[in-house]
Amino acid sequence: MSGLIKSSIARKVVMALSGLFLVFFLAQHFTINVTSVLAPETFNEWSHFMGYNGLVQFVLQPILIAGVIVHFVMGIVLELQNNKARAIKYKKYSGGANASWMSRNMIITGLVVLAFLGLHFYDFWIHEMDYKYISVNPENPTRYLEETVHKFEPVWRTALYVVSFVLLALHLWHGFASSFQSMGVNNKYTPAIQTFTKIYAVAIPAGFIFIALYHHFNPITQ
Amino acid sequence: MGILDSKVPSGPLADKWTKHKNEINLVNPANKRNIDVIVVGTGLAGGSAAATLAELGYNVKTFCYQDSPRRAHSIAAQGGINAAKNYQGDGDSAYRLFYDTVKGGDYRSREANVYRLAEESSNIIDQCVAQGVPFAREYGGLLDNRSFGGVLVSRTFYAKGQTGQQLLLGCYAAMNRQINRGKIKPFNRHEMMDLVLVDGKARGIIARDLVTGEIERHSAHAVVLASGGYGNVFYLSTNAMGSNVMAAWRAHRRGAYFANPCFTQIHPTCIPVSGDHQSKLTLMSESLRNDGRIWVPARKEDAEDIRSGKLKPTQLKEEDRDYYLERRYPAFGNLVPRDVASRAAKERCDAGFGVNKTGEAVYLDFAAAIQRYGKEEALTHGMKDTDEKTVTKLGRDVVEAKYGNLFQMYEKIVDENPYETPMMIYPAVHYTMGGLWVDYNLQTTIDGCYCVGEANFSDHGANRLGASALMQGLADGYFVLPYTIGDYLSDDIRTGEITTDSPEFDHAETEVRERIDKLMSGSGKHSVDYYHKKLGLIMWNKCGMSRNGEELQAAIDEIAELRKDFWANVKIPGAGDAMNSELEKAGRVADFLELGELFAKDALTRNESCGGHFREEYQTKEGEALRDDENFKFVSAWEYKGEPKDAVLHKEDLKYENIELKTRSYK
Amino acid sequence: MKLNLKIWRQKNAKSKGEMKDYPINGIEGDMSFLEMLDVLNEELINKGEEPVQFDHDCREGICGSCSLQINGEPHGPDRLVTTCQLHMRKFNDGDTIVIEPFRATAFPVIKDLVIDRSAFDRIQQVGGYISVNTSGNTVDANATPIEKENADDSFYAATCIGCGACVAACKNASAMLFTSAKVSQFALLPQGRVEATERVQSMVRQMDLEGFGNCTNTGACEVECPKGISLENIARMNREYLSANLKG
Repeated sequence: MSGLIKSSIARKVVMALSGLFLVFFLAQHFTINVTSVLAPETFNEWSHFMGYNGLVQFVLQPILIAGVIVHFVMGIVLELQNNKARAIKYKKYSGGANASWMSRNMIITGLVVLAFLGLHFYDFWIHEMDYKYISVNPENPTRYLEETVHKFEPVWRTALYVVSFVLLALHLWHGFASSFQSMGVNNKYTPAIQTFTKIYAVAIPAGFIFIALYHHFNPITQ
Repeated sequence: MGILDSKVPSGPLADKWTKHKNEINLVNPANKRNIDVIVVGTGLAGGSAAATLAELGYNVKTFCYQDSPRRAHSIAAQGGINAAKNYQGDGDSAYRLFYDTVKGGDYRSREANVYRLAEESSNIIDQCVAQGVPFAREYGGLLDNRSFGGVLVSRTFYAKGQTGQQLLLGCYAAMNRQINRGKIKPFNRHEMMDLVLVDGKARGIIARDLVTGEIERHSAHAVVLASGGYGNVFYLSTNAMGSNVMAAWRAHRRGAYFANPCFTQIHPTCIPVSGDHQSKLTLMSESLRNDGRIWVPARKEDAEDIRSGKLKPTQLKEEDRDYYLERRYPAFGNLVPRDVASRAAKERCDAGFGVNKTGEAVYLDFAAAIQRYGKEEALTHGMKDTDEKTVTKLGRDVVEAKYGNLFQMYEKIVDENPYETPMMIYPAVHYTMGGLWVDYNLQTTIDGCYCVGEANFSDHGANRLGASALMQGLADGYFVLPYTIGDYLSDDIRTGEITTDSPEFDHAETEVRERIDKLMSGSGKHSVDYYHKKLGLIMWNKCGMSRNGEELQAAIDEIAELRKDFWANVKIPGAGDAMNSELEKAGRVADFLELGELFAKDALTRNESCGGHFREEYQTKEGEALRDDENFKFVSAWEYKGEPKDAVLHKEDLKYENIELKTRSYK
Repeated sequence: MKLNLKIWRQKNAKSKGEMKDYPINGIEGDMSFLEMLDVLNEELINKGEEPVQFDHDCREGICGSCSLQINGEPHGPDRLVTTCQLHMRKFNDGDTIVIEPFRATAFPVIKDLVIDRSAFDRIQQVGGYISVNTSGNTVDANATPIEKENADDSFYAATCIGCGACVAACKNASAMLFTSAKVSQFALLPQGRVEATERVQSMVRQMDLEGFGNCTNTGACEVECPKGISLENIARMNREYLSANLKG
């Protein structure tokens, strides 16, 4: 089994599975977030459920964090290994002639998304942990929308979100369909998977960008 | 007879091989472990021999100059491999394959060897399929066949235009299995520099590591040469750049007789030469003649207009074209044997009907095939009243499925689309039927030195039929040599390991080193290629598709002169003890410069026309070859005596007991 | 045509190499890329310099000997060709052409543009075969019909010439296309199924041991492959590998 984890194909599959899991999570995250624009009450309700449901908090949340960590750690390990596989570089390398920018720069888009996740965790997760478990504030099922919208007040943060989501789009553009290939799926459905990937890679990040901009331009004034 | 004992077993033709296998000595499996065999060359013959010998239990060392055994030039064979399977039910049999091969070879091959080849041919296909060679199949899942030149049945198995590649990869896979077991030790990027004889027996080789330049000694109980043909003596040929005669020639210098050097096959369908820079010629598979029609303009004026670019071939009306093969040989048409097709092309071009800039090209046209297939497809798909465009498209798809890779290759090289305008082709040196003389056991005149595949002379006589080279290589390697060599090795079970620390090895190594030093110390006037190209021109002009006594004599003198100049003035930069491609080439060209002269001498001695050897003095009124069975029904086997001009001719008389000698006719 | 060549020169495996400039004249469009290098080498030899060493043999695109990273792409800018079949008509007068060896840690440089691709051989040695004896004592070739589609796919996988362009093109120097072609060739045939489990495991293990990079599905290999070997083979190998390991 340890041999399996060292094998390049097994690692590739781990990347694919964790990636697909994150893709799925992203869709779920987006579904909740979009209610902050469309139905603010629902947003508060769902957020509160997610924040205080034991299953979500103590089972799903650790799995998610583990998924993120596995995906990133493995990504970086593979990148280092790949770097070593060509110790002496080309003087001239026309990568663009045979592969898309997205596919060749997953590490860049990935690291930007990672950096963004740092900010995102700081903004929301750390805040939540502090609110619930350290400062031990009382439950308030209506605070979420206001807190969220508040975050988007500064231009710099909104801008960072926008940029990060553009890079996430680029990451998904290659990563989503690619994970199917990694798991051995390449057949008559492949063109459909590729089309869906493109739609997904554009629509979801665009949605997130829309939400960020919406809240930025519609601050809650008290 | 004396020295040349062919050792053909007695008895009826069809039983000889079985009888022989039953009678020869075997080596028991435990003893095989103590016996080493060297195989030089890893193409179809060498690779299959190495794999089978290792599988039987011998310790095998393989040598090839390429960086991997799988790159041997067998890989470039395109069209297919013959086998008398009679899957098409068209009346094929081992006898018919035997008959076609002997006739195709213009009655200059040894009956018993050819029959054995035909007999083993079916086995090859079974074997290759078991190994996972992906031959072309029909929709029913069974193997498909196509036709080749010079025969009236469909017995050629193929894998698109890459049959040689697929067979060699199969062979290489079999080798890999033995490499993995430790039974084959591959020495890649190594070149055999000399054969070492101990007490008159081949006991090893001196090899040069082409990466480090080191000279190495390797010993064995027997040495198998599978080093391919010597077509590169012409400089331009369809052979790989590295193909050479060194291994065979070194053995020749040590006592192996060289048989029929002048029997060379000029393949009719190659891409014409485009300029002086040309380094090699590319074959367009003979399988194309299944569907392509060969023609030149019927009128000289049209040919001139085409050459100057005023006229396009597609503008020429049907009646203004001369389908000269169909005209001259109605029975076989475009599928006459290679020697006949080549000479006919040369005849038309010499008469001024050639179609490219140099006037040395004829057309190979697929327009008719595209229409024929297109109509057939339209019919089978139930399309009625199909317009011409659809038919063309359908037909084009069929042709593409059959020959796609060849058409693509043509387009890359010539920059013309062969689906739209006819291909231009011209004959080029392709295969050498001559080679080291071997007996029925495939042993040369040196004890313990065997020779298989194109490197030997045995099966194709004066002309080889298409798709027979792969058959011979694999039959020799998989099914013949591994048995016959056992007979010889059975005497060696008590010999023990052969030491390389002997005066014989010392002497051979010293000679190799001296030769390299001598090459490196040339005055440095001209590059190796300069000499190789000069040799090539002499060979092509004077020993090519047609030859005459006067020119052959001139060739002998010119080559001897050129050889002298080469040794005095060749220029090789770099060092002998490092990777040095110029030094490698120089060693090979040095041997070609000797072989070339023997080649011309052999051609001059053979006062008849047969197969690929066409002497202008010996032809019928219609310009067909005039064979002389009374005086030349023999194999010329040349013994080395120093200079090629001093070589001594030995004759092996050919007996035809099962086939009636006839004038070959394809009319 | 007049060209400015920039070529990697390296004396031997141990020495450090460098790019050198070689202006060259009189190149014709009908020449192949290697014939262009022949012209250069002839000039160098006549000047008493060492010619540029490069691997080549059949010069008809099938042996897989020739390599060369030309202007940043394996086998140059044309598609579905090896360097020996790349013709100079694809370049323009005055072009600068950068010529380097295929680069991968698993393909060390031997001299100039010559590289050691024996890693490919070792991958095949551990399982790239069907374990049948070559004695010919086997069933009739037509005893097992094979679906034409599978036979054809197997053939297409088997057309791989082992040149290493896939590795050279891949930003990760991964050998997945090569290895998967070899795995697929056998996996698609009934004869090859018998040893399929062990084959894929051994070959992938060896591939990793050789120090090739990991596949990130960029698809560069498929684009640059002179034989057009499809990415489907990689997916097939992944599948084969997963099911082999799940079987235990």
